[in-house]
Amino acid sequence: MNLRALLNALTGRKSSKDVAKERLRLVLVHDRASVSPEFLEKIKEEIIRVISKYMEIDESNTVVNMHRSDDSAILEANLAIKAIRRNIH
Amino acid sequence: MGEVIVITSGKGGVGKTTTTANLGVGLALAEKKVVLIDADIGLRNLDVVMGLENRIVYDLVDVVEGRCRTKQALIRDKRYHNLFLLPAAQTRDKNAVSPEQMKKLCQELKEEYDFILVDCPAGIEQGFRNAIAGADQALIVTTPEVSAVRDADRIIGLVEAGEIKMSRLIINRLRPDMVKRGDMLDIDDILEILAIELIGVVPDDEKIIISTNRGEPVAALNDGSPSGKAYRNIVRRLLGETVPFLDFYKNQSFLSRLKRIIGLS
Repeated sequence: MNLRALLNALTGRKSSKDVAKERLRLVLVHDRASVSPEFLEKIKEEIIRVISKYMEIDESNTVVNMHRSDDSAILEANLAIKAIRRNIH
Repeated sequence: MGEVIVITSGKGGVGKTTTTANLGVGLALAEKKVVLIDADIGLRNLDVVMGLENRIVYDLVDVVEGRCRTKQALIRDKRYHNLFLLPAAQTRDKNAVSPEQMKKLCQELKEEYDFILVDCPAGIEQGFRNAIAGADQALIVTTPEVSAVRDADRIIGLVEAGEIKMSRLIINRLRPDMVKRGDMLDIDDILEILAIELIGVVPDDEKIIISTNRGEPVAALNDGSPSGKAYRNIVRRLLGETVPFLDFYKNQSFLSRLKRIIGLS
């Protein structure tokens, strides 16, 4: 670590490299999260397949979406349950 | 059977063409039969970087449209007898070639040559799709800048979605002095973000500009230039050798170390 890096550390100022890395991370979360409707449809089908082992799902009332905020991406799945299967424990 | 390698990046100006030229020369010096294809139709440049611009008769579009035989369009580099260039057409656009035609051409060249290096145009449109169509593996070129790394991430995604079985990263124009003072992304930072195998790191080197002025790729110069050495190491890794990565942070003079400690460089 050189003097400037040390000064940055002491004053809490980030090096331009750390800023670059952080910005890249965030922008890639956004880039990678911009997925196609076909891709979401595929995820939805697979989620329904897994959940259906345990519960009866109303497929027509199911929505899967990707949301992006400043520092994260959220996959949201809303599944309407018709009934819960017996003997699943 | 030869291997088709596409050199791509997404972003323009990161050094795809220079990389293609240098790896081509390096492979030819290793006694491999090599064809370089300039797939940047309408903006050809590999010919000038190679210093072969005065010898073009036919081009890539002439070949795929059947106006000449493939052999007739290949320019033999007289300095390295195993090296050939298939130049791009300058007066057409990227829609003049289709991915199927590129695939067929690569297949044909693989029969006779050991390596076919495809210099991909910038962007992710038709020209990119053509360039990757016949490729077995991809070399993704990036520089330690947010814009180039971001585009590399996108390209890696697109390449992996296709038929290419292996893609590896070249980090170009690294400046060790800037990395040291915390003003440039380091190799580890980029690898952590992109999660891809590294095949080489080429330091920023003014000799590249000088050699491009002369049309003489640096790998040919055995004058100890750090970029030439880096390219030759990539060539050896392409040939399956395990070569340790160059350490750019060692062997500094006392003065430059002192400058670094007091934060002057």
